[in-house]
Amino acid sequence: MKDAFGLPQSLLVLGGTSRIALATARRLVARRTRTVWLAGRPSPALDRAAGELRALGADVRTVDFDALDADSHETALGKVFAEGDIDMVLLAFGVLGDQAHDEREPSAAVRVAQTNYTGAVAAGLVSAQALQAQGHGSLVVLSSVAGERARRGDFIYGSSKAGLDAFAQGLGDALHGTGVHVTVVRPGPVRAGTAAGGRRTPWECTPEEVAAAIELGLRRRAETVWVPGALRVVMSVLRHVPRGMFRRLPLLL
Amino acid sequence: MSAPRTVPVTGWGRTAPTAARLIRPRSYEEAVAAVRQCGVRGGIARGLGRAYGDAAQNAGGAVLDMTGLDRIHAIDADDGTVLCDAGVSLHRLTEVLLPLGWFVPVAPGTRQVTVGGAVGADIHGRNHRVSGSFSRHVLSFELLTADGGIHNVTRGTPLFDATCGGMGLTGVILTVTLRLQPVQTSLMSVDTERAGDLDDLMARLTATDHRYRYSVAWIDLLARGAALGRAVLTRGDHATLDALPEGTHTRRHPLALRVSRLPAPPPVLPEGLLTRRTVGWFNELWYRKAPRARTGELQRISAFFHPLDRVPHWNRVYGRGGLVPYQFVVGEGREDTLRRIVGRIAQRRCPSFPAVLKRFGEGDPGWLSFPVPGWTLALDVPAGLPGLGRFLDELDEEVATAGGRVYLARDSRLRPDLLAAMYPRLDEFRQLRAQLDPRGVFVSDLARRLAL
Ligand SMILES: Cc1cc2nc3c(=O)[nH]c(=O)nc-3n(C[C@H](O)[C@H](O)[C@H](O)COP(=O)(O)OP(=O)(O)OC[C@H]3O[C@@H](n4cnc5c(N)ncnc54)[C@H](O)[C@@H]3O)c2cc1C
Ligand SMILES: NC(=O)c1ccc[n+]([C@@H]2O[C@H](COP(=O)([O-])OP(=O)(O)OC[C@H]3O[C@@H](n4cnc5c(N)ncnc54)[C@H](OP(=O)(O)O)[C@@H]3O)[C@@H](O)[C@H]2O)c1
Repeated sequence: MKDAFGLPQSLLVLGGTSRIALATARRLVARRTRTVWLAGRPSPALDRAAGELRALGADVRTVDFDALDADSHETALGKVFAEGDIDMVLLAFGVLGDQAHDEREPSAAVRVAQTNYTGAVAAGLVSAQALQAQGHGSLVVLSSVAGERARRGDFIYGSSKAGLDAFAQGLGDALHGTGVHVTVVRPGPVRAGTAAGGRRTPWECTPEEVAAAIELGLRRRAETVWVPGALRVVMSVLRHVPRGMFRRLPLLL
Repeated sequence: MSAPRTVPVTGWGRTAPTAARLIRPRSYEEAVAAVRQCGVRGGIARGLGRAYGDAAQNAGGAVLDMTGLDRIHAIDADDGTVLCDAGVSLHRLTEVLLPLGWFVPVAPGTRQVTVGGAVGADIHGRNHRVSGSFSRHVLSFELLTADGGIHNVTRGTPLFDATCGGMGLTGVILTVTLRLQPVQTSLMSVDTERAGDLDDLMARLTATDHRYRYSVAWIDLLARGAALGRAVLTRGDHATLDALPEGTHTRRHPLALRVSRLPAPPPVLPEGLLTRRTVGWFNELWYRKAPRARTGELQRISAFFHPLDRVPHWNRVYGRGGLVPYQFVVGEGREDTLRRIVGRIAQRRCPSFPAVLKRFGEGDPGWLSFPVPGWTLALDVPAGLPGLGRFLDELDEEVATAGGRVYLARDSRLRPDLLAAMYPRLDEFRQLRAQLDPRGVFVSDLARRLAL
């Protein structure tokens, strides 16, 4: 169960090797989390991630999960929920794609969309149903600031995140009052190991900073978490910049 | 039985809401049916929801609101016993019993708790040194167990001791037979004094507490330096009839229950009302307003025991984030731990309204009953205070090291692995539950969180 600060005892990560997710898991294991499920495509990296969290004292298990195989989600995640309550699901899988390449190869673009959007719709709904049945839990969805407004440089990725973001918001409303809470996290560009000085833009952040913001969001039962927090204001301005001007803005984010 | 609704449920601290089917049985048969049908995620009894944490919630399962079973069946006004449903509130009991010259044997800081909740948490009052906890005055109760059977449970049995303080996890208490406290009047004769610092306070409590039936100290945890632990002591006993002035209305109606109420705060309040500054001002004013020393003041029962009941829903002032309570006890001889903890809280500048310090006497046999002889401190802190979780974890360590424990009815965040050290009879409790309720019908969020 979560405690008064929203800290989970059990965590299910969808996208078990995600840097942001692992930074979050490390942080939560240092507090109350004792059980961690890492769902992802089998790989040495996934096993390494499990080993790393085990070394911190958590009971870690991995489970095969492919976002692109939506039909398998119910079985894959059903197995996890059958083992006991999950206090928090962190939906962290996602691919950035290669905009220039994907524009030329639509099937690659579709894979980005299928991973980030349709895959998340399936996994999100399966998780939501299981959480609702247990009457409690947090679903934390890693969206992106790129979903706020489509930009020339990454609109394939951006549009998939826009879809995911809208889906997660709607799901949060649908689950209101069911004991299940949905938090949408919108980080700016995340780079590991960027000290404040070495940042290319003021909006850049580290996985650890996202993790800290998520912990705070859990405590506040926040619906939206921006990382860094100032992006909330910046984006509300950028949203209203006229198209012609927006096109000419340098790719800061 | 009203059709069950699935609703979010929290405790008084308004943290960690979870959804459950809320069922309100209106007869014992309905209660039996509810327990039989509560499904795979089980059920838990709930009284008036005054436990601060997650003791009376059950995510995804059933919560049995017992306030629909609220009859007082029999009062023996000569002997001073009452047989009533577990859903009767202490407020209602007081209303009915006071005019007959009887008072509840243990009065917590609010009258808005049920008799079932009082047994479930084995509550304590300001008379603990003299009167022990609630269960000491319980002669017997009827318990609805997981198999759907109703058992009459008497003192000195394992089931009695597991249920008193057992947080509803042995079954649903349906009725309770309780021994009462005789009184001549509905007023309290109260001595008030100020203590300039913690040592002064502890010295006064140690030296003169034996003179009073009821004793409580309110500590200003925001005071620092030489004023660290400054407090207002209020101690007293039920006023005798002779103590009421002749010829007054009060003298003619010595047993009338008088309560006053202020309006409740609105349901939604701006966040961040309780800051170090605002709470600090409040505490300062409160301390200065208190008399340096005053004896024999006549106070209403409600004013002496339940000052907070004057403001319904006062927990709203903590905003949407809710409040995190903390109450621990450390044994006699562990004054150093108490001092250190008070010092740490003051240093940390937690915006806490005056905290309650009491002394406990002999404990009672309940396996998970909280009181042990020593010092108990209770405070409430806004849940949003940065770093609060870690800070309280550190205090837990101090408490556990000193052989003390935290109070489950006021817990919403304890680290589960500390529990066994704090409650040495936890294993017995778990074994009894495993036998009595092998399918785990009775379960709460608290039980899940702490693996009770
Ligand atoms: C302002 C305030 C002051 C307080 N002061 C004190 C104090 O001075 N001393 C003290 O000890 N406590 C104090 N408390 C805590 C309170 O007394 C306990 O939490 C008490 O258990 C609340 O009773 P309730 O009827 O609201 O029960 P709930 O909060 O609804 O439930 C509490 C526990 O009792 C169990 N329970 C309730 N009814 C039944 C039943 N019929 N059968 C079996 N189990 C049942 C529940 O399952 C749960 O585990 C205070 C609380 C508040 C809000
Ligand atoms: N990094 C940023 O700048 C940034 C900014 C804002 C938002 N985000 C979002 O935050 C989330 C996590 O970011 P990150 O930087 O931590 O990501 P990351 O380290 O690149 O990890 C991405 C994760 O997604 C998984 N994944 C990709 N395709 C999958 C599939 N088909 N099935 C299952 N898993 C799949 C990867 O698993 P494999 O190991 O199997 O590939 C990996 O675990 C992503 O959704 C990302 O879009 C990132």
